[in-house]
Amino acid sequence: MPTPRSSRKKRKEVFALGAEAVAEGALLAGCSFYAGYPITPSSEIMETMASRLPRIRDGVFLQMEDEIASLGAVIGASLAGRKAMTATSGPGFSLMQEHIGYACMAETPLVVVNVMRGGPSTGLPTSPAQGDVQQARWGTHGDHSIIVLSASDTQECLHMTVTAFNMAEKYRTPVILLLDEVTAHTREKITLPLPGEFEVFNRVVPTMPPEWYKPFEETVRGVPPMPPIGSGYRFHVTGLTHDVNGFPTQRPDETVDLNHRLFRKIDQFFHDIQVVEEYQTRDAEVGVVAYGSVARSARYAVDQARARGIKAGLLKLGTLFPFPKAAALRLLSSCRAVIVPEMNMGQMSREVKRVNGGRSSVRTLNRVDGQIITPSEILKALTQV
Amino acid sequence: MTDRHKGLTEVVIYPAWCKGCGICAAFCPEKVIELDAEGKARAVRQEDCINCGFCELHCPDFAISVRTKEPGADPGTPGYKPPAKGK
Amino acid sequence: MSDVTQLIHQYLRHNKKFPHVFCPGCGHGIALGSLIRAVHGLSLSKDEVVVVAGIGCSGRIAVYVDFNTVHTTHGRALTFATGIKMASPKLKVICIMGDGDALAIGGNHLIHAARRNIGIAALVLNNNIYGMTGGQTSPTTPGGARTATSPYGALEKPFDLVDLARAAGANYVARGTVFQAHLLDRLISSAIERPGFNLVEVLTPCHTQYGRKNKFKNPVDMYQALKHAAVPREAWEHFSEAERKERIPVGVFVERDEPGLEERYRVMQAALLARPKAREALPEPNGHDPASTKAKLEGVES
Ligand code: SF4
Ligand code: SF4
Repeated sequence: MPTPRSSRKKRKEVFALGAEAVAEGALLAGCSFYAGYPITPSSEIMETMASRLPRIRDGVFLQMEDEIASLGAVIGASLAGRKAMTATSGPGFSLMQEHIGYACMAETPLVVVNVMRGGPSTGLPTSPAQGDVQQARWGTHGDHSIIVLSASDTQECLHMTVTAFNMAEKYRTPVILLLDEVTAHTREKITLPLPGEFEVFNRVVPTMPPEWYKPFEETVRGVPPMPPIGSGYRFHVTGLTHDVNGFPTQRPDETVDLNHRLFRKIDQFFHDIQVVEEYQTRDAEVGVVAYGSVARSARYAVDQARARGIKAGLLKLGTLFPFPKAAALRLLSSCRAVIVPEMNMGQMSREVKRVNGGRSSVRTLNRVDGQIITPSEILKALTQV
Repeated sequence: MTDRHKGLTEVVIYPAWCKGCGICAAFCPEKVIELDAEGKARAVRQEDCINCGFCELHCPDFAISVRTKEPGADPGTPGYKPPAKGK
Repeated sequence: MSDVTQLIHQYLRHNKKFPHVFCPGCGHGIALGSLIRAVHGLSLSKDEVVVVAGIGCSGRIAVYVDFNTVHTTHGRALTFATGIKMASPKLKVICIMGDGDALAIGGNHLIHAARRNIGIAALVLNNNIYGMTGGQTSPTTPGGARTATSPYGALEKPFDLVDLARAAGANYVARGTVFQAHLLDRLISSAIERPGFNLVEVLTPCHTQYGRKNKFKNPVDMYQALKHAAVPREAWEHFSEAERKERIPVGVFVERDEPGLEERYRVMQAALLARPKAREALPEPNGHDPASTKAKLEGVES
């Protein structure tokens, strides 16, 4: 929401790629560290950061030897107090899973942008897909909680990157931002927000004396404060199951406390984490649940359906995980049928079906040929249900 | 090394931290340390220690402390004077 | 000598369980002592030292020292350390790895850290074996040695870590052993003090997993062998081929004084920032500055 003061000033409009908008959003959010490895179709994010970060005081850009190293460096920088990110695509995202798990366990705020391309394996490097949705949720081993966001157009790329950083800092967690090749490579006009227009959240740092500080202590929000390395709070960080002081433990009581807190710190803030847009859903009889570039097609299809007298509505998911159950249930309760179009064999429709509980008829619409899902395909589905 | 260097130190071994690896005993140039029946290091010939420091530097478990005695503090060390009588 | 052990105690975390987890006679404890003496000798504060460790027995060292400690993933310690150093160049970053850690799973990170010449002191505790996982062949296991995964003798040739680090471009490359703690203190001290990527290979016996399978009766046998094998590099260079057999040169092998990556980056950035046109038009983010952190919890607590 623009503030009254800032709305008097004129916002700058620029013509930007989705990838450039991600970089813009990251810088607005206070990101000052990027480490990455080039991979199509995400390299433009890296190239933009390579050009811009060195021109910002304290901005650090690093090209690493692979994606594992990239995320390792990002975690290191985050531990040292930086807001840090990396961007990659399918094959690189697979390599990053090891350190995504570490970041979950060591509660390291960071942002990973995954520009999805066709898969599995090296798949279709220059074509869009949405095949990494469940991987983003469950890719790293071990049970864990994580936040996964998505963006459907260039303006949203900027916006959601800021949101991703804010959530990472607020909940001390890695946040995955899933784009697809079309979103990252679409060049269109965007409006740059004015300074102060977005809320920027910085991680909470401890204020107690170092000897009182317990780095992984339970707090009201479940998120302990986090000092940068070298600030006088000396503690141990590990990927092993640890006690409140950060030291490895195998005690069942300490283990369960840690695991429960890691889930709870995200689960109890569902309402804050869930970013959705409900379009024409108030009186909708048939619904669409979509995300990423498919949501643009879906919105167009909903408009066309309405023009033909079909009461269609769209639930656009900004947050994919934790799954926005409440919003999905609202749509499922009011619609006789809900279509979930996606560029995979049905990864988000699983979630919709999971919460449906017989309320509505959930239909899938899948495409895995490296082509986008067009509005007419969705419209056709809307007219047939 | 002459005897002049001997008897100036006290070799303190902390048994709870000693794992009985035997490094100190094997490499002490003066054979000051031996492993006892329990397999723990023990300074059996304190008076022979020349304060070379090997054992203290190479005990992997920080179980040895070779302490310099105050010169003349103990009977038998050079410069020892028996305390004055009275008072 | 009297203060050696007392000094070490000043740097240990006394709420941890001691004696430490290492097996009887494991050299890692001696290396830990050397590290502490080196840090103390350089008059560094505990707050400015970061110990980044990998996975394996060597990784356990991080638990015991009262510095900033990060116990990372297997083989990737250098990547975390690179991020920390670039984000906060004033910190002294010390990376502790094992041989399997640094040379097998982390081999790529090692050569690239050396190539970048990033300001890190890397200590590779080489015991020729995977200790923690139960004694499997590592990239430095000598040919013919018996391990849990080479029951008929290792077929592969071991890496020479010194040669590898030299070729990859490290600023400083040295090799020491835990049998010569004084030398090791000096090598580690140089590695921490000097700019750029500085690597010290520390030969440290593992009797439990390596020695017992390879005809060493006890830890002392292994230290005897190490004592016999280690010769100063200067002497080694004059050795004949026959004399070199079963011997390992120790000392300093590479001493360059090239600036570390973080320093080269700083120079580049300063030049860019001095050109007003190049400077970013956007407000400068300072999200990493703890002083500016305002915890905005409204709307979250509800
Ligand atoms: S070197 Fe240390 S641990 Fe080993 S026997 Fe001697 S005192 Fe015990
Ligand atoms: S200081 Fe030297 S002489 Fe004395 S006990 Fe230790 S190893 Fe032996």
